[in-house]
Amino acid sequence: MSVRVQAEDFDVGREIAALTAGRTDIGAIVTFTGTVRGEAKGRAIASMTLEHYPGMTEAELERVEADAHARWPLDATRIIHRYGEMKPGDNIVLVVAASRHRQAAFEAAEYLMDYLKSRAPFWKKETAADGSGQWVDARETDEAALLRWSPKVPSAKVNG
Amino acid sequence: MRLLYFAWVRERIGRAGETLELPSEIRTVAELVTWLRARGPEYAEAFARPDLVRAAINQQHVKPDTPISGAREIAFFPPVTGG
Repeated sequence: MSVRVQAEDFDVGREIAALTAGRTDIGAIVTFTGTVRGEAKGRAIASMTLEHYPGMTEAELERVEADAHARWPLDATRIIHRYGEMKPGDNIVLVVAASRHRQAAFEAAEYLMDYLKSRAPFWKKETAADGSGQWVDARETDEAALLRWSPKVPSAKVNG
Repeated sequence: MRLLYFAWVRERIGRAGETLELPSEIRTVAELVTWLRARGPEYAEAFARPDLVRAAINQQHVKPDTPISGAREIAFFPPVTGG
């Protein structure tokens, strides 16, 4: 499994290099990077703090990753999610999906993000310039995004 | 029983977790929520809208009607907002 939960930033190029080092079977690498927006609902954001549930976070990310490997012929994947305080423009999350062909890599990267957003126990709190904090509400569109993935794999079922 | 609270559930209750002796008649997550709500105003506020609070048993997402038998750790938290 290739899941990391960390306070530190990550380097996308370095992660791709590490994932593909010495391999010639991979033909397609798709990456998604999520970053902190400087504005939310018209309000300027000074910082964003991510809280998580140590232990369950890693377990959920590993379940999501295993489900993706069961659905697509993936050669390698990596999920990195940060926690702690971040500033606008900072990296939050990285998903890398590598396969022989691009379709599996594209689809798997999207699947990993959809499931991660609705399953991994992270909570965002935005802090405005005046210091006031606000927990980010879950979006119904995130839950709806799961519906386009057929329940092909038992462990991918919605159970929460 | 080890209970854990996250995000605004943690803030409203005023602690990140606690170990409580649960009455044996509590069978499900929903019954545990009802019992917790009666413990004090901070719990009543945290669980004022039970539909907005999610739960995990032994670090796996569960539904309100899930039995708590066999649980070592039960966590309560808002819908997740990572990614």
